[in-house]
Amino acid sequence: MTPATSLLSPADVDAIWLTLKLAGTTTVLLLLLGTPLAWWLAHSRARWRGVINALVALPLILPPTVLGFYLLVAMGPDGPIGRFTAAAGLHALPFTFAGLVLGSLIYSLPFVVQPIRDAFIAIGPRPREVAATLGARPLDAFFSVILPLARPGFLTATVLGFAHTVGEFGVVLMIGGNIPQETRVVAIQIYDHVEALEYTQAHWLAGGMLLFSFVVLLALHLLNDRRAQA
Amino acid sequence: MTPDTTLGFDLALDLPQLAIRAAATVPGVGVTALFGASGSGKTTLLRMLAGLEPAGRGQIRLGGTCWQDDASGLRLPTHQRPLAFVFQEASLFAHLNVRDNLAYGLARARAAQVIRFDDAVGWLGIAHLLARRPAHLSGGERQRVAIARALLAQPRLLLMDEPLSAVDADGRDAILDTLEQLPARLGIPVVYVSHSIEEVARLADHLLLMSGGRIIADGPTNTILTRCDLPLAHGAHAGAVVHTTIRQHDPAHHLTTLAFTGGELTVGAVDRAVGSAVRVRIAARDIAIALNPPADSSVLNHLRAQVMEISDDPNPAHCLVRLEVGNVQLLARITHLSRERLGLAAGTAVWALVKGVAVR
Repeated sequence: MTPATSLLSPADVDAIWLTLKLAGTTTVLLLLLGTPLAWWLAHSRARWRGVINALVALPLILPPTVLGFYLLVAMGPDGPIGRFTAAAGLHALPFTFAGLVLGSLIYSLPFVVQPIRDAFIAIGPRPREVAATLGARPLDAFFSVILPLARPGFLTATVLGFAHTVGEFGVVLMIGGNIPQETRVVAIQIYDHVEALEYTQAHWLAGGMLLFSFVVLLALHLLNDRRAQA
Repeated sequence: MTPDTTLGFDLALDLPQLAIRAAATVPGVGVTALFGASGSGKTTLLRMLAGLEPAGRGQIRLGGTCWQDDASGLRLPTHQRPLAFVFQEASLFAHLNVRDNLAYGLARARAAQVIRFDDAVGWLGIAHLLARRPAHLSGGERQRVAIARALLAQPRLLLMDEPLSAVDADGRDAILDTLEQLPARLGIPVVYVSHSIEEVARLADHLLLMSGGRIIADGPTNTILTRCDLPLAHGAHAGAVVHTTIRQHDPAHHLTTLAFTGGELTVGAVDRAVGSAVRVRIAARDIAIALNPPADSSVLNHLRAQVMEISDDPNPAHCLVRLEVGNVQLLARITHLSRERLGLAAGTAVWALVKGVAVR
């Protein structure tokens, strides 16, 4: 093996850029869609709340290939999502960036929804009641009181959602394939390098991922510690 | 003409362990205590007034405005009711410093501003805390801020749910001093939930006595405290509250003389000006009864009184005598033996020997 001296190839840079784009898009969408869902899970007394809670947690334990397989079928020409995209005149989702985003939304859902839900539960009903007795409308109270109090939960959700999407492999392999600049993310690129016995290139990317993951978790801890002291 | 600020309500709520059926009219000014044992439904009733119990049904009317009338489908949500609520624990917003906590209610006030920021800060003595976060305040300081925040919401009704239960004894006394001054400054009804008879005696002009989810008595504080048919008169802390004014000080003996419609009371020096209003508490166990004015007793305070009513006490050796002094009702707990020897009955003219007077 040659020592790791060469820099990243253009294909590697493409993969990194695509990965960041996918993780960023997914995280923003999940924060927007996941917050109302987390609120409902934290406050609803509906009997089927348990079912929704289990469904949200399912990607945690489901093998990514299983999730990816069902998504591929659903997005295919005979699947419900595939029929919908066809009827709407849209491009079929498999092997597209949009398809990856949809897959990532489901794959990373629990990592965003659960910390936010737990933060809402920990806050409890009292701050909302106090805000109401001080004249704040429910939406006002949400933005002026609940959101700031839930900040550590949102921070955790953002970091975990982003990092978990960055690390996605199985789902991408099933529904995205390996198209440069469209679906070839870092994890796939590393796999390709190893397949081609380009260990030096694999080292650069894998080491970068390792460092990235460590820095993310360290930053999360430091931020939470600082908040706890404040 | 002052506007009508009376609070009237008739509310019902079924909880798993308790059915609340409560109706009353609360005077438009001053503190009305909602008093009762824990589990009697006081806090829940207070929350219903604030609209915080979605299952609560009935009517609420403040002055000329109807807040809730479920029969006609009217129900103002909490944030549209011009009230403020002081919770048992202070419930300050942890992410805001004291100044921003105070400003939160002020910015969302539902009525014209009558209480200014600096006034509320001054009354509660919290000017030195404005830049601090709630996490850096003591229990008493937090509750002071919570009370100031409630006042700055410019409420037309102030609801307080045992605001002093999480405050240590020293802090409690200081806050009670502040609360005593509030009714005169506010001119709005204050409903104050408590299970401390000491707090009630000190603050409340009016008393709603609650038991098992119902209001079992409703009237001026001293009338309710001294009614022999109610449990309050039979407790260990039974006694009367008397409104007096300071007549004169006797610095040589460190004593102060207080006047009320039934006569005078001499007590340990009170550090307030002549003419000030002072509320005192006289416990039932601190009153002895004599048929003639004692000529040679160490007891300073002798009041001419009339026996109104005699009733049994939980202790079989004792009975409870309700006395009228001027137009003020007092309670005396004496033995049945004494009652027989003195031949006491309703209407007997007696002397009440007051052995102890608690000033505030």
